[in-house]
Amino acid sequence: MPVDSFQYLPRLIATFYQMTEHEPEHPIPWTPLPRPISECKFSLVTSGGIYHKDIDPPFDLDRERNQPTWGDPSYRALPINISQTEIGVSHLHLNTEDVLQDMNILLPIQPFQELVEAGKVGALAEHAYSFMGFQGYPPDTTEWQNTYAPEVAGKMKTEGVDCVFLTPA
Amino acid sequence: MPVLARSFEKAGFSTILVTPMPYWAEMVGTPRTLAIAFPFGHTLGRPGDEKLQHSVISEALDVLENADSTGTIVHSEKTWPQNTQEAIKSWQPEEPSPIIAELAPKFREMLRQRNQPK
Repeated sequence: MPVDSFQYLPRLIATFYQMTEHEPEHPIPWTPLPRPISECKFSLVTSGGIYHKDIDPPFDLDRERNQPTWGDPSYRALPINISQTEIGVSHLHLNTEDVLQDMNILLPIQPFQELVEAGKVGALAEHAYSFMGFQGYPPDTTEWQNTYAPEVAGKMKTEGVDCVFLTPA
Repeated sequence: MPVLARSFEKAGFSTILVTPMPYWAEMVGTPRTLAIAFPFGHTLGRPGDEKLQHSVISEALDVLENADSTGTIVHSEKTWPQNTQEAIKSWQPEEPSPIIAELAPKFREMLRQRNQPK
């Protein structure tokens, strides 16, 4: 059965989504897999608002509280050996309790380390990247597209990444 | 997030997006997508459920490896082990987000008008 995108949305939020217009941009880009995934290096990216507690600032939720139509477009680089107790989560649109208990539901560092050990995945990049998914209403992803995604892509190139595994919140 | 998948794909990486919202992935146009009927904030499963997390990741990697054209969306058969009403309640923040708090009254009014018999 196809996944119903609105199954878990209260009617009000579903209406928000359905009223958001977006023109699909063609063509959809395509980079063929360069080699079997057992030889590929992966970078993990989430939009769960995860950040490195006490090292990096949280996402700017104060500004969002003052200006509800705005969402912080910046990102945080997370060292791949970061532990559960070192993460914070800033996201006003989610109950963050579960991800604070186990970040792997949004940023699967541990399962990927196990896949690397098992030889099913080639390698894991030195950093994972975290964004905060709410990009304002109506959504404005200009900063993501023009500034932050190219910046992260540059860092991934430096780290020799082949594949990006994305998990939105 | 589909926008980020497109940006990274365009920059020369092979991307896979796992999402509970294929509607949005399709509208924006993502190269490879695994759609999963899990509540928001729980894209790869429940906390502490390593088996489930591995199983979702494995499905996603299959899509990454086997998709042969761009715009591929595969729908996972997995179901969430909690009834829908409970799940809707548990993924949401205790307080409504600022945008919901601001716009909810307007939207309620709009829905009310829309539902009025003509």
